Amino acid sequence: MSSRDSILKAIAANRPLAQPLPLIDLSMVSRPVDPLESFRTVLGNIGAATVLLSSVDELSAELADARDQGLRVINLVAGAGAMDAVDPAAEASSLEDVDIACLSGTICVAENGAIWVPEQNMGNRLLPFICTQLMLVVDRADIVATMHHAYATIDAFAEGFGAFIAGPSKTADIEQSLVIGAHGAKGLTVYII
Amino acid sequence: MKTMTHAAAAEVFNQDAARTRWHDETLWFVRQKRDRAAQTLPEWETLRSWASQIKDHTLSHLDEYLSEFERNALANGVQVHWAADAAEHNRIIHEIISRHGIRRMVKSKSMLTEECGLNEYLHEQGIEVIDTDLGERIVQLRHEHPSHIVLPAIHLKREDVSETFHEHLHTEAGNHDPQYLTEAARLHLRERFVAAELAITGVNFAIAETGGFVVCTNEGNADMGAHAARVHIACMGFEKIIPKAEHLGVFLRLLARSATGQPVTTYNSHFKKSLPGREMHIVIVDNSRSRQLGREDFRNSLKCIRCGACFNTCPVYRRSGGHSYHTAVAGPIGSILTPNLDMRAHADLPFASTLCGSCTNVCPVKIDIHDQLWKWRQVLAAEGHVSWTKRVSMQMAAFVLSRPGLYRLAGRMGRGVLKTMPWLAEHRWNPWSKSRALPEPPAESFRDWYLRNRKS
Repeated sequence: MSSRDSILKAIAANRPLAQPLPLIDLSMVSRPVDPLESFRTVLGNIGAATVLLSSVDELSAELADARDQGLRVINLVAGAGAMDAVDPAAEASSLEDVDIACLSGTICVAENGAIWVPEQNMGNRLLPFICTQLMLVVDRADIVATMHHAYATIDAFAEGFGAFIAGPSKTADIEQSLVIGAHGAKGLTVYII
Repeated sequence: MKTMTHAAAAEVFNQDAARTRWHDETLWFVRQKRDRAAQTLPEWETLRSWASQIKDHTLSHLDEYLSEFERNALANGVQVHWAADAAEHNRIIHEIISRHGIRRMVKSKSMLTEECGLNEYLHEQGIEVIDTDLGERIVQLRHEHPSHIVLPAIHLKREDVSETFHEHLHTEAGNHDPQYLTEAARLHLRERFVAAELAITGVNFAIAETGGFVVCTNEGNADMGAHAARVHIACMGFEKIIPKAEHLGVFLRLLARSATGQPVTTYNSHFKKSLPGREMHIVIVDNSRSRQLGREDFRNSLKCIRCGACFNTCPVYRRSGGHSYHTAVAGPIGSILTPNLDMRAHADLPFASTLCGSCTNVCPVKIDIHDQLWKWRQVLAAEGHVSWTKRVSMQMAAFVLSRPGLYRLAGRMGRGVLKTMPWLAEHRWNPWSKSRALPEPPAESFRDWYLRNRKS
């Protein structure tokens, strides 16, 4: 018998009596009074910056400045100035010098600052992680209260990959001392339109 | 070499009193962060109940959910492998590495690969895997193992890390700044990520209805490896399965809050398919889990989501350090999981507890950890895995405690000894008098007091 079959057979023989799934009743779940305020506060607490914008166009000048300073920018947000093309199959070696990646997030979670970034918004799966500074552009209308509400809104497995990103990369592995900028982006700025 | 028992290893750990105190206080600080995070949610206890019930349900249909997961993962183009034990898990991974002729590979945190001894196995085959979680990389460079499932290098001080990095990464001698040391590791590991041909990750949650899986990190190391390499192998114990994506809402709300007090981990990555021309593999491992599933008293240990909250709260773990547990998964949860793997080798661990129950109280999936610790003690005693000293002393205690007259006599003698000849009780052969002063003996027993006062 293959390992697969012997494992499944052992499980079938040893599993407990059937137990029901709970009903996830969202009326039991607390919601922040002011979702935008909560979203911004939590992001601040986890090392990210937030900026309120009236239009995405306000980002154009900032990105143009960065380019003028010689920084490598990859902008995939329409309306934020010049857009860049990125190959989904590009190797890590061609992306490791990206200073700024500017991407669109979709659903934002007020309780924990997480932002859903689907694969199609990443250009390349590595980009949100390998860039030094990550800029995420989101719509304040897309802020939901909790992770339950987020999963009710997105189809998390619609594409090959997707991620909830909450803040810049961090570690506390040396004596529990918090350091921002472990392996992923060293900074996250969230632009809320 | 014979492995030291938990008690013996803890004694060595405690020789450095200042470090022991630091370890204790640091983990308690993490526990307090967890409390604050939990207390911000009025529905915390409801969440724990939901998580517990989802896991109970899943265990009761586990074979069906695993089959569903496999079917969906295969449809997504993912290659699914099944490993009955650690050896098969290691062979499967070695075979994938060999088939591609791969030389450069990275691994993010996976306690399962620690449990299976993957690094050592591959090392014997002449293959080196670079661990990329900062804490894991630190202990790997020191030829040690993680001492905590979430905080792998919590047994080390910044001076230790500085020394290790000076030796291996050529950082400045004597520079102990965590920011500086982390930056050095970032640069060192960036090279490894960019060059990686194969990446191994763990799995936090595997979703039956989609065939996808979620990996959570704060550092971003799982993503850096998995997206840079052309082959991604994700290794999971079969209990990582959950039925639906919506259940992630429950577990992701609990996991990081329980682990470190964060509202959520930084990167919560949902993998379903590899890019065209690349490969994604999932290795589903049993390694005695199916036996644990059949042990009615112990099966719900398989609900564990590896948050480490029980470590941080445990008074014994905090004061004895993870390495005293001589297993991949230490702490209270390790002490109920590992006797299932090898009862004789891990017979000491269920005794490494005060049975205070704090682990059970913080567990986000409501595993009755302290009850199971107590139940393992019964099993181990019945199977003859308890030392003769413990057995004989327990038999003596039972003999005395079940005979009221003898018990009263023993009590009087004990009080007399403590009063007149304390050296008879307080000596180096009595483990109870280690780092403890014996109490002032009371003048009389409660029973004597009661009888006297009731009559008057």
